[in-house]
Amino acid sequence: MSFNLALVPRREVSLIRQVLTPVLALVVALLIGGLIVWLMGRSPAKAFDVFLREPLTDPWALQEVLLKSTPLMLISIGLIFCFRANRWNIGAEGQFLLGGIFGGGVAIATHGLAGPWILPLMMLAGVAGGMLYAAIPAVLRNRFGISEILTSLMLVYVAELLLDYLVRGPWRDPKGFNFPQSVPFTDAAQLQPLFEGGRLHAGFALALLVVLVAILVFRRSLFGFAVKASGEAPRAANFAGFNEMRITLVVFLISGGLAGLAGMIEVSGQVGQLRPGFGQGLGFTAIIVAFLGRLSPVGAMLSSLVIAVLLIGAESAQVSLKLPFDLTRFFMGMLLLCVLAGESLNRYRLEFRKETA
Amino acid sequence: MGPERIRLSGITKAFGALKANDHVDLTLHAGEIHALLGENGAGKSTLMKILYGLLRPDSGEIRINGQRVSLPSPQAARAQGIGMVFQHFSLFEDFTALENIAIPLDGRIADAALRAEVEAKARHFGLAIALDRPVHTLSAGERQRIEILRALMQEPQVLILDEPTSVLTPDEAEALFATLDTLAGEGAGILFISHKLEEVRRLCSRATILRGGKVVAETDPRIVSAAELAALMVGEGVLDLRPAADHALGEPMLRLDGLSVAPEGVHGVALRDINLTVQAGEVVAIAGVAGNGQSELYAVISGEGGRVTSGQVRIAGQDVTRRDINARRALGAAFVPEARLGQATLPQGPLSENVILSWHATESLGRWLLDTVRTGAVARRVIERFDVRTPSADPQAAQLSGGNLQKYVVGREIERKPRLMIVDQPSWGVDARAATHIRQTLLDLAAEGAAVLVISQDLDEAMAMADRIAVMHGGHLSAARPVSALSRAEIGLLMTQGESPVRGAA
Ligand SMILES: Nc1ncnc2c1ncn2[C@@H]1O[C@H](COP(=O)(O)OP(=O)(O)OP(=O)(O)O)[C@@H](O)[C@H]1O
Ligand SMILES: [Mg+2]
Repeated sequence: MSFNLALVPRREVSLIRQVLTPVLALVVALLIGGLIVWLMGRSPAKAFDVFLREPLTDPWALQEVLLKSTPLMLISIGLIFCFRANRWNIGAEGQFLLGGIFGGGVAIATHGLAGPWILPLMMLAGVAGGMLYAAIPAVLRNRFGISEILTSLMLVYVAELLLDYLVRGPWRDPKGFNFPQSVPFTDAAQLQPLFEGGRLHAGFALALLVVLVAILVFRRSLFGFAVKASGEAPRAANFAGFNEMRITLVVFLISGGLAGLAGMIEVSGQVGQLRPGFGQGLGFTAIIVAFLGRLSPVGAMLSSLVIAVLLIGAESAQVSLKLPFDLTRFFMGMLLLCVLAGESLNRYRLEFRKETA
Repeated sequence: MGPERIRLSGITKAFGALKANDHVDLTLHAGEIHALLGENGAGKSTLMKILYGLLRPDSGEIRINGQRVSLPSPQAARAQGIGMVFQHFSLFEDFTALENIAIPLDGRIADAALRAEVEAKARHFGLAIALDRPVHTLSAGERQRIEILRALMQEPQVLILDEPTSVLTPDEAEALFATLDTLAGEGAGILFISHKLEEVRRLCSRATILRGGKVVAETDPRIVSAAELAALMVGEGVLDLRPAADHALGEPMLRLDGLSVAPEGVHGVALRDINLTVQAGEVVAIAGVAGNGQSELYAVISGEGGRVTSGQVRIAGQDVTRRDINARRALGAAFVPEARLGQATLPQGPLSENVILSWHATESLGRWLLDTVRTGAVARRVIERFDVRTPSADPQAAQLSGGNLQKYVVGREIERKPRLMIVDQPSWGVDARAATHIRQTLLDLAAEGAAVLVISQDLDEAMAMADRIAVMHGGHLSAARPVSALSRAEIGLLMTQGESPVRGAA
């Protein structure tokens, strides 16, 4: 006699179930995370305090959370366009860096000048940088049928090296004691805090605006419909006359443009200069965010906030609890697994079968 | 009559508010070929899926060989000796026939031992199959034979066939009937679903008729006429096709001039020097055995595919050879492709959303934001006008029964009031009444001055509808000739040998 596990499709899934699943997934992931912390000999209660309570209650930390969620939101919304269309842009990190480089380039070129036109120009440059960089995998796919997964990913490393070269070579700050970094941006090239003494800048509002537009595009626009159709049923998209190559190019441009915008906001609003490593892997984290939000704009917005809380929590946990940053990475992976598992259990029912053989 | 194999009693299954099966009783004996009849959406596939363990009944009882059983999965059903051949093919395209047969046989692989067994079984039932060719290179008839052989390999005591003949040519269907007779002669019980009543009357000794999920009659189909059967199914008689009143023909709406198309992949069919004109006001049918280039022809006319190497496609007088499907729609053309799920519709999209697919480029559906009020209204009108039976007000395409989805797709295109209508297989899997309705609508459309081109494997359909018929064979299209000037024998010859008889044979 042996036992078999089988997944049996469910016919209907209630709305309550659909809403509760991600919440439940979060709780399960927290329990597992707590267990790991406990196994490492730290207090789970303390970890919970540092990871979740502090970022959410301390006003200073709360601002940091919103700041951190801004690039995640922008990038993951862009990625949703690609993923819904079944195109795999894995290189948002590279597009994010290029956005920073282009935006930062404008800041460096206009160093010493002032005027309200500098920031908008930087934004445009950031968007253009991300778009151009994302166009490469799209064009390679359209022209030669090369997998966009590989090309977009490999271009990340090229972008990292380009940034490295720039801040060590032509764009190095002459007064920077040979550190690999550019000149600090002037005020005209930095996004200013929204209120006195705070840190939160207009980037967050911009991200929310992008979320709103994305909701509308997917719910009510022909383009959103075309993206969905081309991802779900390419033959039906072909029947509708939606041009496959054009969709590939456009979703990559949107995704690259938003990642580029995020990169510009990051260097202008957070870092204040160009230096290696300003990307922090946010372009990769945004992939998790997009899936955690089940490829919906609202979902991506919420999960950007959740992940931002964890990232901020992790920073203080490194200091106060001496917990390694990798634990946070592990936890994000855990969270994604739990959400995907919950999703599967919504669609399928687990069944134990006794077999007599 | 042999011993009782299956007894279903009081089977009920609801999808939301819709009762797809409502206290259905059915008994199947050994050696019996039992027809399950009913119009589209009557609940036939649902009942069979319950018997095969794919769906669970809400209530009711299943007895097999007198024993009460529960069937939580297809494996459980197979263990009870039940085999099923589905309405939609369920084969792996890239695997060979033999590999496809091995998959559901637990613990077996496609080795020499299995090959010997399969070959023996195929000989016994007279099923000719090339076991080593990948499935995507095979015709519909060959695929159907694999499905059947696969089911037979499990030595079923009960075999369910859900519309097995809708994609077969008459010869292939004959061969299938011989197989089923042998199988029944050996004591298996067979459940047979079909909309072709004449073949049911030849093959089956009992018929259970469903209407709206309920059993309305059980009869011996050999002693009642097809018309009576149809009347039982729909509760009223099926109307005959009403030929259009005499009307003048107008300008040519579709012209193919010396059109040649390169084959798609290794197994695609190349189109060679195709010439055809369809004038406003007439119905032209393209007959032929499936796999002779009809799909390629449809694709190159609609603009969905095909690499044209020479020649032209002209719609409403304009050369559209290099233009896309929406440019052709803008000239007044409408298209109904062969695959209704996944090509003509987005499976997970509601019917209202599916309106967008073929309407967005030519009708105004809103400038910036989609006009969902309009798409909803269009879907509702199609549902009403074409009597599409839906489980809810605006269901997903995948939730409709096969025939009802076809009605929706045809209706959606007609609702656009096209001047040129291209329909690939207008009545696949559509019940007699709905098929008549669809055909009548197309005839009326022609009478109102549209040009209609129908690609059909069903010769009866082609002859009933068309003013002129052309036959497709090996990528070549015969000259279109008036139906009145053609005999069935002549068409048959064209279908099997093409236009020019083999030279040097005499
Ligand atoms: N998964 C589902 N969800 C909701 N409704 C469904 C589902 N499957 C079938 N139905 C509905 O149940 C009814 C019966 O469908 P079924 O497929 O059994 O019809 P059928 O008799 O096989 O018709 P056809 O001849 O067109 O194949 C239809 O109204 C259909 O829309
Ligand atoms: Mg059916």
